[in-house]
Amino acid sequence: MTHLPYIVASYGLTVLVGAAYAIDAWLRMSRARRRLAAIDPRTHP
Amino acid sequence: MDASTTLAPSAGRNLHRFANPGRFLRLSGRVLPYVATLSLGFTLAGFIWGLFYAPADWQQGDAVRIMYVHVPAAWLASFGYLSLAVCSVLSVEIGPVGAGFTALCLATGSLWGKPMWGAWWVWDARLTSVLVLFFLYLGHIALVRAFDDPQRGYRAGAILALIGVVNLPIIKFSVDWWNTLHQPATIKFTGAPSMYVGMLWPLLLCALGFSFGFSAIVIARLRAAVMERRIRGLLMARAQEADAP
Repeated sequence: MTHLPYIVASYGLTVLVGAAYAIDAWLRMSRARRRLAAIDPRTHP
Repeated sequence: MDASTTLAPSAGRNLHRFANPGRFLRLSGRVLPYVATLSLGFTLAGFIWGLFYAPADWQQGDAVRIMYVHVPAAWLASFGYLSLAVCSVLSVEIGPVGAGFTALCLATGSLWGKPMWGAWWVWDARLTSVLVLFFLYLGHIALVRAFDDPQRGYRAGAILALIGVVNLPIIKFSVDWWNTLHQPATIKFTGAPSMYVGMLWPLLLCALGFSFGFSAIVIARLRAAVMERRIRGLLMARAQEADAP
């Protein structure tokens, strides 16, 4: 495969950016869910 | 006749029922796993097809495979900004995701440009207008968070988003209006794509996967934002109750 380092860097960067956003959103969501459950146990989002 | 009586009573209810935080959390909680799964499935299929089964370009060689990540990122960079201008309520959560996809578009474009053009960057009309889009995203992110009163921030951000929309047709038509190094569009609304079908399918799969991924990330961020707002509301209510004589 020609230009392999550029291809690997492009796909690697894409996976990295996508994973970073997904993990950040998931962590933020679960943190908010935990806090909400601690403050108001009636809510189950 | 009173103006309010001319409206169908169900119209308002239908329009606003999704603005109910509880209903949004329930609905988005059900939808999110499907959207995330579709994103992973389409993206993985597009990557495998694009990397291992799609043919190399006769001129670009295998560097053409960068297109399968660069082009969907570019489409979503523009689409993200458009949705920023249309749905100002969601803009706080769309902005950072759109900025990430724009940065990804610029970075993968550079990684394609170096072996093809011999330069990481050229001040080409398409590249420059996308860089301006990235700065508009950054400006929007900073502006909506710059005020103590969030409503003022949302309003200022909405104005910037509306003004910045003028950049989208500039990005789209820059390759037609000016002599650019960047190639013109190969997929058009008005005609058949000028691309080999074996390259078109993985590109469309990746575009679908990226779109679902963008949506999944925005939905997850919105869910978190709704819960955080509810937490703030509950804490403020408790503080007010505690302060009351």
